[in-house]
Amino acid sequence: MPEQFYWGLEAALNGLMTGVLYALVALGFVLIYKASGIFNYAQGVMALFAALTLVGIMQGQVPFAHLINAIFGTDVHHFGWHLPALAGIILTLGVMILFAWIVQKLIFKHLVGQEPIILFMATIGLAYFLEGFGDIMWGSDIKALDVGLPQGINSWLDETTFNAFNYGFFIDNLDVVATVIAAILVAALVVFSQYSKQGRAMRAVADDHQAALSVGINLNFIWVLVWSLAGFVALVAGVMWGTKSGVQFSLSLIALKALPVLMLGGFTSIPGAIVGGLIIGVGEKLFEFLIGPMVGGATENWFAYVLALIFLVFRPQGLFGEKIIERV
Amino acid sequence: MKMKLATLALSAVMAAGPALADLTFPSLSYRTGPYAANGIPFADGYADYFTLLNERDGGIGGEKINMIECETGYNTEKGVECYESTKGEGSLVYQPLSTGITYQLIPKATADGIAVHSMGYGRTSAKNGGVFSNVFNYPANYWDGASVAIKHLLDLNSGDLSGKTVALVYHNSAYGKEPIRTLEELAKKHGYNLTLLPVDHPGQEQKSQWLQIRREKPDYVIMYGWGVMNQVAIQEAVNIRFPMENFIGIWWSGSENDVKPAGAKANGYKALTFHNVGSDYPVFDDIQKYVVDTGKAAGAGDQIGTALYNRGLYAAMLAAEAAKTAQAMTGKSAITPADMIVGMENLEITEEKMAALGLPGFGPEFKVSCENHGGDGMVAVAQWDAAKGEWGLITEFVQSDQDVLQPLIDEDSSAYAKENNITAGCN
Repeated sequence: MPEQFYWGLEAALNGLMTGVLYALVALGFVLIYKASGIFNYAQGVMALFAALTLVGIMQGQVPFAHLINAIFGTDVHHFGWHLPALAGIILTLGVMILFAWIVQKLIFKHLVGQEPIILFMATIGLAYFLEGFGDIMWGSDIKALDVGLPQGINSWLDETTFNAFNYGFFIDNLDVVATVIAAILVAALVVFSQYSKQGRAMRAVADDHQAALSVGINLNFIWVLVWSLAGFVALVAGVMWGTKSGVQFSLSLIALKALPVLMLGGFTSIPGAIVGGLIIGVGEKLFEFLIGPMVGGATENWFAYVLALIFLVFRPQGLFGEKIIERV
Repeated sequence: MKMKLATLALSAVMAAGPALADLTFPSLSYRTGPYAANGIPFADGYADYFTLLNERDGGIGGEKINMIECETGYNTEKGVECYESTKGEGSLVYQPLSTGITYQLIPKATADGIAVHSMGYGRTSAKNGGVFSNVFNYPANYWDGASVAIKHLLDLNSGDLSGKTVALVYHNSAYGKEPIRTLEELAKKHGYNLTLLPVDHPGQEQKSQWLQIRREKPDYVIMYGWGVMNQVAIQEAVNIRFPMENFIGIWWSGSENDVKPAGAKANGYKALTFHNVGSDYPVFDDIQKYVVDTGKAAGAGDQIGTALYNRGLYAAMLAAEAAKTAQAMTGKSAITPADMIVGMENLEITEEKMAALGLPGFGPEFKVSCENHGGDGMVAVAQWDAAKGEWGLITEFVQSDQDVLQPLIDEDSSAYAKENNITAGCN
């Protein structure tokens, strides 16, 4: 077969893997939107904050060190420990749950029943606050994140495909790990929402807040739960993207990559986020491979949105979103 | 009573306003936002050098230095706001620290009679002082960087690049596109093939570009990146096993921040620089004694000796030397923005001068003139040693190919002069 075909196939394969990484970010948006109707603008910053917290905890960094030193004239920076990744992840998860509780207690509890645009604006405020807070808490330097995930070319695939087709395919080991983690995550979230008591309560709240309240579901608890889950997903996304590029403030911009995925997959479907991510990933990589050279390259950012818009025209609710029918 | 009130009010106004006799150097910094990791060390270096001069020497020529820091967040609109809010303070020279802000300030600062120093960034053809009377970009610009990268590759290939392929991975912005014309002209001269690979902002996803590099196997990759694009590119190069010693970044892709996330595998990555690296210079002992130990260090005081800190320090040193030149030429210590332009236009940096400043061998020797606001285009190549966690120069400072660059500068600056009805020339 011609080399061009293998190259296209390799681009598509890598697009699938990249799509999984986009989907990991989109999942957090879906969880919160599904349960509360809030489009959480802060999801990208939550991924950043989670990753910053993980690195800080693992490296024994003193939070707010710069502020403490400036106020008290001290010179403290580190606790002197280096925690293993698992311990760091568990503690970070604790921080994200605490964050979810505070967000619910201080912000969204007071905004129940408000227009969606008000809730959206609240998340914009939250995003900018959290970015600044993360900066003060952990500093703005770029931090290397190593939780033991493999990175680099997958030699097995490279050698196997080279022997079979005389062209070795490239796949990043980190992308393979991300795919496995995403599959586990989605399966766990689906099982949780379908079969657990809290999951069912979450779905009930998503369907109708008032009806859920009337049957005794604790709305506050469910929203804390949902924000905690979104925090966990943000942590996973932050770890994956942070391992690739180091943990830095640009990490919050990964939210931009999730938007076309949401437009395509729908704001309310967990499988939709995955399928949307895969379509966007493959679509943008193939477009860049086939058409990019003709138009000077760098097509991926805008083409993802074009692709999403095309789907949106035919299915405004997204591929897996719930169709809204309002009758007079 | 009225008299007392008036005196009090006058005192309050005088206390609140700038100390007019001071030499005011604004610092347009970005300590927040996505690029803060790069903005902080530069701002710290810039501030620490001026603090050192104030603490050790009592300022410049007996005048205390008043450094006003204004946060731009690397945002062009905020940068312009910073300029507008500080220009009335007697600001002597602006270092916009952003190509976007520089482009906006060129007409404004020219109209206001204030100098702009865009060191290693901004509009390259501003080197032509006959057209850009208030803008300086010494000691080197983007085109010098591209040319010296090719010179380095020529050295590695016994002076012959014919048949070789060089890929340019660049930030898909005005900044990233700066070296294209130069590299195209040099490709005609030296016979190499040039492949262009744009990366959209912010550059977190570059799989397509690096798969193309893996397929097409260019001999060398030159990168004009910024922010997260740098870290991702270096990691992707590691992933596809591209030889690090064949990967050269411009100076904005050559800080510790860029290589550390990739760990040991970034070893051997090269970056261009127009100043030296490390902290093994006498001036750093003085910074420790007069600035750090006295608790006057800028920021957290943890950036000293990093690539970008040194760049900030170097920028401050060049500003201070230009101010000294202006003082010597005008015979007054309290120089004006107009005097500063004269000082910058007559700045001469010699090795003797740098040694006296505690910075022997820290940068190239160069001389500025009205015709030449860009210096001599001397650039060196540094290489990252991952084991030691430090950069080291692997070449001398070498001059860019002026035969190729000067016509490009003349062409671009002439076009600017025509567009803006500027009569080019030096009086």
